[in-house]
Amino acid sequence: MAAVDKQPVTGAGPLNGMLTWVDARFPLIKMWEEQWGKYVAPKNFTFWYYFGSLSAFVLVLQILTGIFLTMNYKPDAAQAFASVEYIMRDVWGGWIIRYMHSTGASAFFICIYLHMFRALLYGSYRKPRELLWIFGMLIYLCLMAEAFFGYLLPWGQMSYWGAQVIVNLFAAVPFIGEDLSIWIRGDYVVSDATLNRFFAFHVIAIPLVLLGLVAAHLTALHEVGSNNPDGVEIKNQPKDPRTGLPLDGIYSHPYYTIKDAFGVVVFLIVFSVIMFFLPEMGGYFLEYNNFVPADPLNTPQHIAPVWYFTPFYSILRAIPPLLNSQFPGVLAMGASTTILFLLPWLDRSPVKSVRYKGPVFKAALALFVIVFLVLGYLGTEPTNVWGQFGAWLGNADRATVAARICTAIYFLFFILMPWYSRLDRCKPEPARLT
Amino acid sequence: MIGNVFGGLARAFACAALLASFAAIASEGPRLQTAPINSHDVASLQNGAKLFINYCLNCHTASYMRYNRLQDLGLTELQIKDNLIFTGVKVGELMHVGMDRKDAKEWFGVAPPDLTVTARARSSGAGSGSDWIYSYLRSFYRDPSRATGWNNLVFPNVGMPHVLWQLSGQAQLHEEVFSSEHAFKAALIATKGVAQFEEGHEIKDGKTVKRYVLKTLTAGNGSLSQVEYDKSVTDIVNFMTYMAEPARLERRRIGFYVLMVLGLLLLLVFVLKKSYWKNIH
Repeated sequence: MAAVDKQPVTGAGPLNGMLTWVDARFPLIKMWEEQWGKYVAPKNFTFWYYFGSLSAFVLVLQILTGIFLTMNYKPDAAQAFASVEYIMRDVWGGWIIRYMHSTGASAFFICIYLHMFRALLYGSYRKPRELLWIFGMLIYLCLMAEAFFGYLLPWGQMSYWGAQVIVNLFAAVPFIGEDLSIWIRGDYVVSDATLNRFFAFHVIAIPLVLLGLVAAHLTALHEVGSNNPDGVEIKNQPKDPRTGLPLDGIYSHPYYTIKDAFGVVVFLIVFSVIMFFLPEMGGYFLEYNNFVPADPLNTPQHIAPVWYFTPFYSILRAIPPLLNSQFPGVLAMGASTTILFLLPWLDRSPVKSVRYKGPVFKAALALFVIVFLVLGYLGTEPTNVWGQFGAWLGNADRATVAARICTAIYFLFFILMPWYSRLDRCKPEPARLT
Repeated sequence: MIGNVFGGLARAFACAALLASFAAIASEGPRLQTAPINSHDVASLQNGAKLFINYCLNCHTASYMRYNRLQDLGLTELQIKDNLIFTGVKVGELMHVGMDRKDAKEWFGVAPPDLTVTARARSSGAGSGSDWIYSYLRSFYRDPSRATGWNNLVFPNVGMPHVLWQLSGQAQLHEEVFSSEHAFKAALIATKGVAQFEEGHEIKDGKTVKRYVLKTLTAGNGSLSQVEYDKSVTDIVNFMTYMAEPARLERRRIGFYVLMVLGLLLLLVFVLKKSYWKNIH
């Protein structure tokens, strides 16, 4: 019986007895050591490696603040807007909780985008981490759904019309589109029924899936081990005779525990500057128009999604309609996120990390980042933001032309990757970490 | 590591600079004036509350705001009850209004919007919501073609009549048309007050030429001088800015302490990290 074989827990002071009792009945110590305590990580993590733990930190923040918001929020079309203002004014500390949650939503996406960029930089999606990447992508999709459902809840003009626009995208699906969009809304327009179901998805359905996926993501990570800025597998290294660890490996605890704690404090400082001094972040984190209650009879002149969706929204707008149908745009928008799932198989480079990849990949990645930012910016603005070209280009909107070029580059980055990544002049990977 | 961070930052900045140079092309809109408000000026806030309740709260609601919250402005509950509540409601009630929304819609063409968070909602690239309200309340002019007899530079064809007209007097519209961009810009800069402008095209002798319209106001003659009127509007805007987010000052105060504590924590964690990592090379 396991209960007899296990060693008593030591090193926990007055808690030794209790932990020994629990450990005899539950694999507590084993789980802790496998997942973090005795997990061996490469010792050369860079700045970009902070954003994994930071994402987890923001997830916890969102769940905790979300619980307290739910206690005072009313998912009712007639009361939702007022209940948010009630939280901001009459609930003790309500404004802190609400600003934490609204700033946290944007912070979550910033962390996730930088976390994903890290994977692009260092080839963290390559074998044997394909499944880890796929779990991560599923988390990202869940997060987008979570943000979309949550954005309806304050029931402001942007909440309402943003949801209306996005749900209408489903109406562009041939044949079943109309019925599909009614099925999603539960009504012919976004209404109280929509608000109630979005609330259910936002506070329970999606968070449950999200937590499960995060657990899978971490389990997969701790199974295959962390990649590193050199893209070299430390598991293949000879063991240090003194410690029994790979030559370039260190225990994540306490080394990365304390390093990530440092990252969390830096993050909290930036977060607090925004939360306490710039909660609207110039209209990007809290859109100004969302301080006007939802009015189904009054369409705003300019409807833009929140900044974290705008690159994909730009792609949607860039694709011209075909036979009066927006469906090609919707497909392109869907493809722009789902194509990322294929990344582990598109990258055929002999090396993982950008440090040893050739000039072509580096240029492609830089271009991709620029294009992503430009698409993101364009998505927040109306299509006439840069004026029009002259008659020689049919008076086309400059921004639309730019968005089309950027969309093409966005997709070519992925589609051409199997060729340019293989043919690139790479440097040899080192045996040890640098 | 540093190289990577700075490489990324440099790319982002290059991109932002490119975007900014394109975004400078603006073609129309009101040019707002910055509201000279001071959220620490209690007298201004109290006067603003008085003016707001007297002039605005008859038609508009502020229905997320409670009367007793005005204690933030240094008033007691009794003072609020005696001086600022005209509808007989209890001091803990929300700032509703007696006017029926259906009647209002019939009278003005649109029900007057709730004003609690207007100072936030009206923010845009042209200025803060406070700037917008400040400019708006100083931009009414006589327009016989409108049912109310009033029009507004910042909010063309607004349904609301000029409620403060006895204080400000009746301003007149002054319109100038330019065909040269240079002359138009010079005139716009020379104009001190609120200005509305449009950039368009017209056909002249079979050719398309640019046409710039600059609309400004000539001051009216009310019971207050221009300076006094601007001060009253400033007080109203000051109050509305407070009302849009009553926790704003508290937010900044707490934020300051939070940052101080986090700064100390940062120092501590940094030293701790250094000492843990000193043997890792």
